[in-house]
Amino acid sequence: MTAPALQIARECPYAPPAQHVEMRENGGVSRVRLPSGKEAWAVSRLDLIREMLSDPRFSSDRDNPNYPALATVPPPPPSGGSRKLLIQLDPPDHAPARRAVISEFTIRRMAALKPRIQEIVDERIDAMLAGPRPADLVEALSLAVPSLVICELLGVPYTDHEFFQTRTAAILHRDTPPQERGATYAALRAYLTELVCGKVREPGDDVLSRQLAAGADTEDVVALALLLLVAGHETTANMISLGVLTLLERPERLAWLIADPARMPEAVEELLRYFTIVEYGNSRVATADVELGGVLIRAGDGVVSLSNTADHDPEVFPDADELKLDRGARNHLAFGFGPHQCLGQNLARAELDIVFTTLFRRMPTLRLAVPAGQVPFKSDATIYGIHRLPVTWDE
Amino acid sequence: MKILLDEEKCVGAGQCVLAAGDVFDQRDSDGIAVLLDEHPGQERSGAVETAAQLCPAQAIRIEKG
Repeated sequence: MTAPALQIARECPYAPPAQHVEMRENGGVSRVRLPSGKEAWAVSRLDLIREMLSDPRFSSDRDNPNYPALATVPPPPPSGGSRKLLIQLDPPDHAPARRAVISEFTIRRMAALKPRIQEIVDERIDAMLAGPRPADLVEALSLAVPSLVICELLGVPYTDHEFFQTRTAAILHRDTPPQERGATYAALRAYLTELVCGKVREPGDDVLSRQLAAGADTEDVVALALLLLVAGHETTANMISLGVLTLLERPERLAWLIADPARMPEAVEELLRYFTIVEYGNSRVATADVELGGVLIRAGDGVVSLSNTADHDPEVFPDADELKLDRGARNHLAFGFGPHQCLGQNLARAELDIVFTTLFRRMPTLRLAVPAGQVPFKSDATIYGIHRLPVTWDE
Repeated sequence: MKILLDEEKCVGAGQCVLAAGDVFDQRDSDGIAVLLDEHPGQERSGAVETAAQLCPAQAIRIEKG
């Protein structure tokens, strides 16, 4: 008997697909068929996902042909035969590679960056207020802020933002044909190789130049730049758009939230849990026979984590399908778990906090310019989000 | 209580600093967690337990007593 096809699109933008919930309630380890036709396991319980992501017998290597990609046609290896990305490294290669960059993303470094993030957010809101109404919040703010911040951190010219934003979107789109996906990775690599070679000749005050100064070779720095650039703007952008939409739809909660800026960090954490936008991102390949949740997973089997479903488990988060801005729970999987947990998570927290706080303070009459039901959600991407968010405001 | 921190396991996510910034810190040089207070008072037990629970590398152990 063939396994049921894994449903990927959400029926409701704010809740996991019913199929995933059923799998979670039936033990949490289920056999599924991927869009490519290959079979894999889907893990849908928080404790089991944490267990899997902490177990070194599960490999992160996206170049492995058994890696459970969600693309309709299996994509080419993201490394393109070149250096692997940090997110695909296994022990013992992963720890030293990650340790080489952690210092750039510590809590203290991110706190020091906040004044500059604030300036960037204020400049984008100035531009919105001076521009036409309605405006697309995704372009004007959601994508612009994290792109500007990651560009400054990496020393990438923001004038090239259209180039990397459109290519990142193509990589994350599930239906992008494999040739196009391969060509897109190659174009980004070529762009970043030229950029990094420029920094070899003329170092700047940025993460990539410091990696080179510390002895990393050009190819390693290009691989790091590729990962940080792609992961550093699209994810946060989607959380900004989803957060703004959700808060605008709940005016009483929004009023409560902005009445005290100290409430924002917990609210950001709850929005991260509620949407868990990297809902399939923590997939693995078993490199040995492993028992998980009473099920034997064979060496070579692919395993997909249904993180959004796990983060909506009422046994872990009471009334899990409700957005409770003061829930105060940080044990969600929005940033993953295990040694690969998001390197930029504290940058994302800082950006979301500053964007929401500043936007609703400076644009108190901000509202949707279309009915909420017409907002186009990204059911076609591997990272959940919103394509366009038309908003307007009073002068 | 006594806190045991396994620096070899630490992946520098900073979750412990967010949970209990008076007990944990991150080294500027490599981002790895360090203990500011190896024997925090009982009143910090909730925050320290949260730090241990959230640590993605499961590098924090608490010895009660």
